[in-house]
Formats: sequence, structure tokens, C-alpha cells
Amino acid sequence: MNNYKIDALTTAGIYIVLSLGLNIVVGLTGLLDLGYIAFYAVGAYTYALLSTKIGISFWLALPLGGILSALLGSLLGIITLRLRGDYLAIVTLGFIQIVHLVLNNWDSVTNGPNGILNIGRPRIWNLVFEKPVHFYYLILALVFITIFSVRRINNSRIGRAWIAIREDELAAESMGIDTTSLKVLAFALGAFLAGIAGVFFAGKFAFVSPESFTFFESVTVLSMVVLGGMGSIPGVILGALIITILPEMFRVLSSYRMLIFGAALVLMMIFRPEGLIKRHDLHPGENLNE
Amino acid sequence: MFLQQLINGITLGAMYALIALGYTMVYGILGLINFAHGEIYMMGAYLGIIFFGLLTDMGIAQNNLLISIAISFIGAAFYCGTYGVTIERIGYRPLRHSPRLSPLISAIGMSIFLQNYVMLTQGSIDKVFPAAISASGINAFNASITIIQLVILFISVILMFSLHLFVKKTKIGKAMRAVAQDKKMASLLGIDIDRLIALTFIIGSVLAAAAGIMAAIYYGVVNFTIGYVAGIKAFTAAVLGGIGNIPGAMLGGFMLGFLETLCSAYISSAYKDLFTFLILILVLILRPSGLIGGTVSEKP
Repeated sequence: MNNYKIDALTTAGIYIVLSLGLNIVVGLTGLLDLGYIAFYAVGAYTYALLSTKIGISFWLALPLGGILSALLGSLLGIITLRLRGDYLAIVTLGFIQIVHLVLNNWDSVTNGPNGILNIGRPRIWNLVFEKPVHFYYLILALVFITIFSVRRINNSRIGRAWIAIREDELAAESMGIDTTSLKVLAFALGAFLAGIAGVFFAGKFAFVSPESFTFFESVTVLSMVVLGGMGSIPGVILGALIITILPEMFRVLSSYRMLIFGAALVLMMIFRPEGLIKRHDLHPGENLNE
Repeated sequence: MFLQQLINGITLGAMYALIALGYTMVYGILGLINFAHGEIYMMGAYLGIIFFGLLTDMGIAQNNLLISIAISFIGAAFYCGTYGVTIERIGYRPLRHSPRLSPLISAIGMSIFLQNYVMLTQGSIDKVFPAAISASGINAFNASITIIQLVILFISVILMFSLHLFVKKTKIGKAMRAVAQDKKMASLLGIDIDRLIALTFIIGSVLAAAAGIMAAIYYGVVNFTIGYVAGIKAFTAAVLGGIGNIPGAMLGGFMLGFLETLCSAYISSAYKDLFTFLILILVLILRPSGLIGGTVSEKP
């Protein structure tokens, strides 16, 4: 494989981690978070700043970025606890706007729209990660760890409680599920994965700027979750692969990317709301019809 | 200085209020945030420029400025109204009985689609309004109000007042209020819900088109991204006034326009949008029923 293909697969890997994280919030718990990319930004900027200012190692930044994002995620979760559906969507939309504005205007720290350059590369003893293939194996490892952990959580009490909250919050609460902490946990875990992906992003490209962290990026990840199948892990992985690889294969499509995503969101909702791969043990929405 | 900010703020607020009305009416009837509404405003601005450009090419606009603007307005309103119903018919109507997340995701998709459709067909660079309209105006008390600002205020007030009369006094307006209160009951009483919802989308889109064409004249340039930001702000205005509440949306629009102008004048223009979003988040979390309006529970 040439470097171009390896890079495309690496990007797909980042999106798989991101969309599996968003899947926890949107797909399982049913909370439409449009500001998800903000946590990706937090991870990326955490590593970018710590690396350029105090030269922290990538391996230390990886959990640190995740934890910081998770903290911010739980904060957003606590603030928005009372909100559901459209109000939550619009608050998180405001949230990503605020994060984007701060990244763009807080020049003394984030260097504004110019972004941060010369972020340190990951290294293990004498091996510095430089070649695309290094990052490819790193993201592959991260993807497998993510899939493994997300699968474990999905099939646990917590995963089932999330689904219960999504299907009927009131009923879930009556059954003794602690909806408050579980919703915050969903936000935190989703944000954690986004933070990890963000640190990787900063390490891979050695450059971050606010342009990578917009609402449209959030919509892209949302499209992956929706296209693949909300709540279904293989579905979400397939969605992420399709949406990152297809535009690479058909270069002509690349300027039509967002147009197609937009249309895909509408069409999927109308014709196949359960996504390409339906989660076998539940049928989203069936019980919600009035 | 302050008086000048007040005038600028009210002009901006009038445009927000017009867009906010579309959000609030749709939310009142469908309980849905029509994310694509901001794009209708943006397309209104583009269509205004296109129609006015056509009239300029035909040599009409040079001599009859006002008539040309009126024709452009009618053209843009017609197209935007059509877009509005089409969006409802394709994107929202099939999902009326789906779980709450589905129409919302569809609305976001619709908004992204329209934005990129305009970007691909009109280009991503700014479009300039093809006529320079004189900036002369009336000066008093160290402040000036331009003719454009006067016209914007005048037309906005007329449009809002007619909408208010329409909703309060006509039979269709009564039906609209009935549907907003209880869809099922209204349909049992013989109201054609589908037609009424379509009508709501047309009215909202026409108002947004009016705001769009006024913004195109006021600022002189438009871009395919203006709908997205204006959409969030107008939605904030609708929330501020109490979503679903028509006079509330007008009040919220003016308040937001005023607050934003003050913020950019006295605090920081780079962070003026930040204040809008903070207001949005604070109102939604602390007082989701808005400033005027009863207590609405979030949980269904």
C-alpha cells in the first residue's frame, strides 16, 4: 500500500474512534449532542499546548487529553441534565460555537486562526513516529481497544440502562435506574474517546487550528453514526469507513461531500432510520410511537 | 453614541425578529426546530440579489429603484415560500410520527444540504448587492438613521403587525392557534392539518425571505454561511421571547439585536457572538419557557 492509502485509513481510524464515542451519547442514550467535536478539540489542543509549552510526552498526553475532555463532557452533561431532544441539540450547538470562538480569538494561548505548529511526535525510546505506517498501527491499536471497551460497556448493565433511558426516560427512572449519573457518564465516556482521538490527531499532523473543529465536523461524525445505525457498533464502524473512504475513492465527489451528507441524513431518517446495520437486540423507535 | 447603538440594534433586531417568527410558528405547531430556516433567510438574500441583478441587466433597476426592490422582494418571497413547503413536504412530513430525534436529524441534514447547494451553485465568495443605495439619512442628537434603516424598520413592523392580525383575527389564524394547542382535536373539528402546517412554513419562509433581502441591501454583501449564524441567533431570539409565542419572538428579536450591538460596541466585537450563545444556553437551561410565557415542561 502506498502512503496515501495508509493516511486515508488512518483518518478513517480517527473517525471510527470519534463515531463510537458519539454513538454512546446519541445512539445508545438518545441525547443529540451537536457539539461533540468540541471534545475532540479539547484533546487536540491539550496535547498541542502541553507539547509546545512544556514538552510533555505523547503517551502521557493521551490519557490526560481524554480525562480533560471527559471532565468537560461531564460538566456539559450536568449543565444540560434537564434538557432533552431539540433543546439539548441547540445548547450543544451553542457550546461548539463558543469553543470555536474561543479557539479563534484567544490569541495568547491558542494562537488564534493560525493554530499551533511543531507539535511533538510520539516516540518510543529511539523510534520517532514519523512515517504514515507508524500512525496507522497506532490508530489501529486505539481502534481495537476502543471497540473492545465499547462492546464490554454496551453489553453491561450500564449499556442496557442507557438504552432504557433512550426508549423512555420516565419508565427507566421508575425502574430504579439512576438516570442522572448515567446520562453524565454517557457524556463523559463519549467525550473521553473524542479527547483521545484529538490527542492522536495533534500527534499525527503536528498541527492544530480551529478550522478542524467546526459544527460541520460534528455533523460529519453524526452522519457516520446515523448512516451506520445508531446504537450498533459494527454499523457505526461501517458508517465511519464509508464516509471517510468513499470521498477518497471518488475525488469528484469531494466538493459534494457535505451536500451528500446532508441529503443522506434526511434520506436515512425517512427510509431507514435504523441505519445500514440494525442492532439485532432492539428496534429503535418502535416503542416511542404514540 | 448610545442612541446610535440603539438605532443600529433595533435595525438588526427587526431582522432577527422576522426570522425568529418562522422558528417560533413551526415550533408552536410541530414542536420541531426547523434548522433549515436560517438557510431560507440566506436564500432569500441570494434570490433578492439575483432578481435585482436581472432587473439591472434589463435596464429597469437604474430608473425605478423602489419598484425593482419590490419586484425582487416578491420574487424572493415566492421562491422561498416554495422552498419552505418543499422542505416540509420532503424532510419533515414523512417523519411526523417518528421518534423525536428523527425529524431533528432530518432538519440538520436539510440545513447542511441547502447550504452546500447554494455554495456549489453560487460559489463560496461573497456576493455583492448590485446597487449602491445612498447612505444618506436623518441626523439628530448626534445620531443618524439612514433611509435603509427606516425602510427596514417600517417594513418589519408592517409585516409583524399583519402577521399578528392574521393570527388573531382571521379564521385561518384561529385554526393555526387551534392546531398549535392540540393537533388531534383540531383535526377532529375538520381542520386540514397538513395544509395548515404547509401554510405555516410558507408564512415563516416569506418573512425570512424579507429579512434576507433586507440584510442583502443593508450589508451590501451576502455569503452562503450567513444563514447558519443568523439562524442560531434568531432561534435564540425565539427562545428568549418564549418559543411558540409570536409576540415573544418579536420582542426577543429586538432585545437580542440590541444586546448584540451593545456588546460589540462596549465590550468586544470579536466576542459578540459569544454573548448570543451564552444567552441562548442560559435561557434554555434556567428559563426554557422564555421571558414571557408560562411554564412549559421539557419532558413530554
